[in-house]
Amino acid sequence: MLLIDREGSATEAWTRADGAAIGNLSHALVGWDALPEALDQKSSDQKIGVLVPNSLPSEALKPFFDQLALVAIGFPAFADGRGFSLAKVLRREGFRGTLRASGPLIPDQFDYAIACGFDEIELPEASASRQSALQWQQARGRLSRTYQRGYTRDGNILDRRRLARAAANSPAG
Amino acid sequence: MYRYDEFDERFVRDRVAQFSDQVARRLDGSLTEDEFKPLRLKNGVYLQLHAYMLRIAVPYGTLSSKQMRQLALIGERFDRGYGHFTTRQNLQFNWPKLRDVPEILGLLADVEMHCIQTSGNCIRNVTADHFAGVAQDEIEDPRPVCELIRQWSTAHPEFSYLPRKFKIAATGAQHDRAVTKAHDIGLRIVRHPDSGEIGYEISVGGGLGRTPMIGKVVRDFLPKPDLLAYLEAIMRVYNQEGRRDNKYKARVKILVHEIGTEEFRSRVEAEFATLDGPSVNADPEELARIEAYFAPPAYETLPRESAALAAARASNPAFDRWAGTNLTPHRADGYSAVTISLKPIGLAPGDATSEQMRVIADLAERYSFDELRVTHAQNIVLPHVRQDDLHAIWEALVPAGLATANSGLITDIIACPGLDYCALATARSIPIAQAIQQRFEDAERQTEIGELNIKISGCINACGHHHVGHIGILGLEKRGIESYQITLGGDATENAAVGEILGPGLPAEEVPGAIEAIVGVYEAERNDGERFIETVKRVGLSPFKAAFKELSHAAD
Ligand code: HEM
Ligand code: SF4
Repeated sequence: MLLIDREGSATEAWTRADGAAIGNLSHALVGWDALPEALDQKSSDQKIGVLVPNSLPSEALKPFFDQLALVAIGFPAFADGRGFSLAKVLRREGFRGTLRASGPLIPDQFDYAIACGFDEIELPEASASRQSALQWQQARGRLSRTYQRGYTRDGNILDRRRLARAAANSPAG
Repeated sequence: MYRYDEFDERFVRDRVAQFSDQVARRLDGSLTEDEFKPLRLKNGVYLQLHAYMLRIAVPYGTLSSKQMRQLALIGERFDRGYGHFTTRQNLQFNWPKLRDVPEILGLLADVEMHCIQTSGNCIRNVTADHFAGVAQDEIEDPRPVCELIRQWSTAHPEFSYLPRKFKIAATGAQHDRAVTKAHDIGLRIVRHPDSGEIGYEISVGGGLGRTPMIGKVVRDFLPKPDLLAYLEAIMRVYNQEGRRDNKYKARVKILVHEIGTEEFRSRVEAEFATLDGPSVNADPEELARIEAYFAPPAYETLPRESAALAAARASNPAFDRWAGTNLTPHRADGYSAVTISLKPIGLAPGDATSEQMRVIADLAERYSFDELRVTHAQNIVLPHVRQDDLHAIWEALVPAGLATANSGLITDIIACPGLDYCALATARSIPIAQAIQQRFEDAERQTEIGELNIKISGCINACGHHHVGHIGILGLEKRGIESYQITLGGDATENAAVGEILGPGLPAEEVPGAIEAIVGVYEAERNDGERFIETVKRVGLSPFKAAFKELSHAAD
């Protein structure tokens, strides 16, 4: 397993709980089915994260937003792009915790994932053994500017053109 | 024509570098073949029967002379001296080497071109009416909005890993020449019946392939500034709900069909309502910026009819025939749009040699404000030509083999590459097109028959649009033998319809005879001045089926 965030490879703080058995884990990651039960047992200094399938409707998760420090969205395959939309919607609905993409993504998707609201990628060993953290870093910003407005990415081209228009229209000096 | 600004230029250069790096990571094993495949497809690189194929985007079918010359050069240097224009207004090279692809991409970038998203499960090259900005029945030129969509859909962070490919077509005219109803999204520029405001009608869920469907209108009138937010809503619903369990059921048309148009519309509208438009949409000034590039060229003030044209037509029957078939009325007096047929009798439909591309580029530069169009019927258009110049143009086209007088006629056949090139093909399609052309070679006969669209696909994927051909031909394979299924009554226009099967499949040799029999029924049944498709719609399929039945009995 390799965990990657904007800074490079990161250390895993989360432990996968067995079902809802979170014991006294400080950061317990549970499956979607076990979430209500795990939350019942949660003590005030424990953090709970949940691993959800990419087909989960955002409304199902919304009631738990305040109690969740992490949502990990499963990517069954890198070509299954549902997780990008789910992340985008969770952010729009107000989830402020950590968003993790969990599955065999490829470095070429790193910028897309971050633009849609993810913070980190959890790669299975089979992918991590071929694709180093360095390759993931190098893939960042390879397309230096992109067109879409409304995603987590600085300086999209529409905004840049708007700025250029404003500068051209403002009186010189 | 649109010109890249510093951002567009930087983007295509970045994409070339990114693709080179992707190839390198494939070669050193960092990426598996499965991981690399969608990356190369999103850059137009297919692996075909004999070689790699490279598909180059011609956004909304518009090309400059300089771009056409660059395509000619690439064809000569890296291919076998020709290219194939496709029903999606793109250009395909059939023989490039993978190691040459980065260099080809660089040459394309030099002339503001690319292969981005010409394949793969993403939003593909946006197509448009090939008479955009020219046609007399147009409300507004659709190309600016196509360019806006091209940019918005390029490397989209959320919609680059869709369930399946996604195709958008646009028209600004009453008469639909862009087959918008057979696209995942069809966009029509319309005028609001009450306010007169210009906006968009949006259809979703059209498509061909193995389950042909005609698009359903989900929004009668979308105000122009809301476009990108509305598209985002459609794409988000599709990305989340489209089927991923079966690739043959993954297109948006199946989702629309399974949940119903009403339900699909209400999901899109609900999503659209939650979007914060201003944070998504392009500023009206941005669309205006793009529109400025498509301002009409500086036409001369000319009389409506050209005396020189009339005189040339009167004195030269071959020119007269060509002028009778290959010209389209232009909105500017004294001008015409010229269709250059890439369907000479007996050659592969849609192919052009590098030499021909240069002839066409020179003509565009000299006579058509430097502009060209690629049509979905696999021909080329010189969009703005003075009628006074038509004879000179024709004289230049004749020696280049480009003066075939058959635009819209029975020999102007759409055909996919089929078994001659395509790895998915179940039958040949180019040779079938050639055999039909030879059967109907006689020019008088073609003129007598009038407008008739034959469309041929070499397998169920329907790249040759056979479902919407007046006569459609689908090549299948039965027990190791090619078998051709014939459909009748398809229509690619605003009256879009999917053709119906006439009878059992035929062997290749019998296809021209079957077409002859169908044409025979039409000639016997037609009223004065009635086009083929009108007769078919009026009399129905039965007389055609009867003739078809006789034919298959005779063959037994
Ligand atoms: C030679 C390599 C090609 C391959 C491997 C290929 C593959 C395919 C496949 C698999 C489909 C079916 C998609 C679906 O039903 O979801 C399809 C559809 C299509 N292709 Fe191709 N194609 C090729 C060439 C072409 C060419 C040369 C053209 C244009 C002449 C073309 C235009 C189209 C069109 C218009 C469709 C129908 C779109 C629709 O279903 O809505 N393709 N192609
Ligand atoms: S219709 Fe079939 S044979 Fe023809 S190009 Fe498409 S996939 Fe190939």
